[in-house]
Amino acid sequence: MTFTKTFVASAALSLAAGATFADGHMANEMTIVSWGGAYSASQLNAYHTPYAAKTGVTILNDDSSSTAVARLRAMNEANNITWDVVDVEAGPAMQLCDEGLAMVIDPDTMLAPAPDGTSAADDFGDMLVSECFIPQIVYSTTFGYRTDLVGSTAPTSVCDVFDTVAYPGKRSLFSVPINTMEWALLCDGVAKADIYDVLETPEGQDQALAKLDTIKDDVIWVSSGADTPQLLADGEVVMGATYNGRLFALIEEQKQPVAMIWDGQVMDLDGWIIPTGLSPERQARALDYIMFATDTQRLADQAKWISYGPARASSAPLVGKHADLGIDMGPHMPTAPENLERAFLMNYSFWADYRDDLDAKFQTWLAK
Amino acid sequence: MSALTVISRKPLSFVLSSMAILGALAGLLVGMGLKFAILGLIFGAVLSVGLSFVAICLLDNEKRSRWGLLAFWLVLGFFFFGLAGGLVGILWGWFFGWFVFWLFEGRYRARLHPYLTSRQVLWHFTFRVICGAIFTYLITPILVVMPLSFNAQDFFTFTPEMLQFDPAGYSLKHYRDFFNNNEWQRSFKNSLIIAPISTIISVSLGTLAAIGLSQRHVPFKRLIMALLISPMIVPLIISATGMFFFYATVGNFLENSLGVDKNFVGYIKVILAHSVLGIPFVIITVTATLVGFDNSLTQAAANMGADPVTTFFRVQMPLILPGVISGGLFAFITSFDEVVVIMFVGSASQKTLPWQMFIGLREQISPTILAVATILVVLSIMLLTTLELLRRRSEKLRGLSPA
Repeated sequence: MTFTKTFVASAALSLAAGATFADGHMANEMTIVSWGGAYSASQLNAYHTPYAAKTGVTILNDDSSSTAVARLRAMNEANNITWDVVDVEAGPAMQLCDEGLAMVIDPDTMLAPAPDGTSAADDFGDMLVSECFIPQIVYSTTFGYRTDLVGSTAPTSVCDVFDTVAYPGKRSLFSVPINTMEWALLCDGVAKADIYDVLETPEGQDQALAKLDTIKDDVIWVSSGADTPQLLADGEVVMGATYNGRLFALIEEQKQPVAMIWDGQVMDLDGWIIPTGLSPERQARALDYIMFATDTQRLADQAKWISYGPARASSAPLVGKHADLGIDMGPHMPTAPENLERAFLMNYSFWADYRDDLDAKFQTWLAK
Repeated sequence: MSALTVISRKPLSFVLSSMAILGALAGLLVGMGLKFAILGLIFGAVLSVGLSFVAICLLDNEKRSRWGLLAFWLVLGFFFFGLAGGLVGILWGWFFGWFVFWLFEGRYRARLHPYLTSRQVLWHFTFRVICGAIFTYLITPILVVMPLSFNAQDFFTFTPEMLQFDPAGYSLKHYRDFFNNNEWQRSFKNSLIIAPISTIISVSLGTLAAIGLSQRHVPFKRLIMALLISPMIVPLIISATGMFFFYATVGNFLENSLGVDKNFVGYIKVILAHSVLGIPFVIITVTATLVGFDNSLTQAAANMGADPVTTFFRVQMPLILPGVISGGLFAFITSFDEVVVIMFVGSASQKTLPWQMFIGLREQISPTILAVATILVVLSIMLLTTLELLRRRSEKLRGLSPA
């Protein structure tokens, strides 16, 4: 009978353990969805920890932002929304807003004004691209290169990526049309202002793909922001595209022989949405969190841990030094004046309309 | 057997041509690493033949030759690739010297039957090389992650410092990260809660189902069996989607109508979902054990006045226990490794280790994953060793083993 006793005892024990564990949790808990890695860590330091200290709310991280749209749709179908606040890019936020999966947030009543009294709507200004979306940061997708593998003249222009004669070796690009096709047209002689007009036409799309054909054999296609830093650290690519914060970490924190090409950086916004269908109590808590986490000081604080520019105009002067490295963070922001002048602002509404078509076309081209 | 075979020296032409092939292969391998494949192939063959010739004909003393070869490869490796190269050089030099004289003295025949043809001898050793290659192929991916988990940098890369065995290239920081990072600790704890409980449920239900299905009077046995095993056959992503909607409804009912705590409901959902995935493994292993079970034993027990429950626990269970335990192990591993269903059914508070590893791999290629993998490999080796030792001990106690 020893087996029976052991069996019953262990079953009882584990059930009891489960029950005590579950009892230990307070109801005062919220799930915040974000991107993971250094980005979630910066949010933890700048927003979650002070908010938990202030209110006593326990914050759970779910690093699922890359699948946010699909997951929110499914949760909505099942009528079981387990997320309270979700961090997404501007494009998906617009999509969620259109589908009624994200709630409308009024900047004047639901967000904190700037310290000088400027209303939140004016403080965020053009960054409020959707009525459901509260931007946090401006980030950019840009290129980094191995300083020891590019010869004596360092690349300075995004078009050097397309120059396999001057810079032989592999380069990594995201396997999506966004950014990649814009860069191809830019380097094929299309003026910045005309790029989206050209990309609307089938001839323009073919032109972009034809330009990409010239380097296709030298490209390693990647799908996540973590891939290019790994490839650069390995020396498997001489240059590659990823988010500027990843490159900052690679260069300044990991001390790799890598430098950035800010030229042609494509800027995008990342921020919060609140799912629709939360209970009034959870919605109130989510709104309270958003009000706290998007005020001027908090947005400026996040830049202490990651090199993304705060979305509020009033936060910019408050951006200080890196919390651990003591580096002045201002020049590392995509919004720093010398970086901004060579930037390229993505056209959200173009991609909202053409994303599905171009994705299909691009994937067919990739498979050829 | 060995005493039967008389070994004799082999002709130089045979030894040198074999060594040329070996050298060419080794040279090709090194050459590919340095991007001079053909050059490496030719150079390797020439160097290997030359060294073998010197070792056999000029030095003419096995001990001296083998030490000489060892020293030669050590210096060569050290000169070109530093400390790590030196170490590889020692290993390779030892093997090289051993192999030359193994061929030359004809020792390879020593343990074989004397009547084997040379073709059979060749196959005998080719077979072993193939087995070794398969073993290497299976085990290398697991071994590679272990040194990488001690990387001082945040990448999946063997840094130059690591290859030179510089202590600065190694660190325990990824292990520290695992033990200090809240997210990792929480997911580890969740795995330790979810996997054992769902294993217990799978084992109980699976064993009962297997015993029921082994009864002669059960109708539609095959259909029921197929249904019960289907979670193993249906693609996981399909089960996960179905479970997501099913358990969402169950969860909503428990939360809203019965007022059960949200987190507790989350655990119940995940544990039930994982039990479903584990049940087929238990059914299969227990059914297999039941094939050898003699049903007259239960009849005998009943004859002596034991009720069915007592019969089950005192007669049947001890005999099918090996099947139950191995089924339980599979069920445990299924839950412990599972990443698809948990991402659908669970919410952030039920995040398990595989989930955390998956996210870590996708969003941040961090060697903490490798540290966790190493810890898990060591833990599972310990677990399996313990189980095997216990099994042997109980077999010995029960007198089942001839030892």
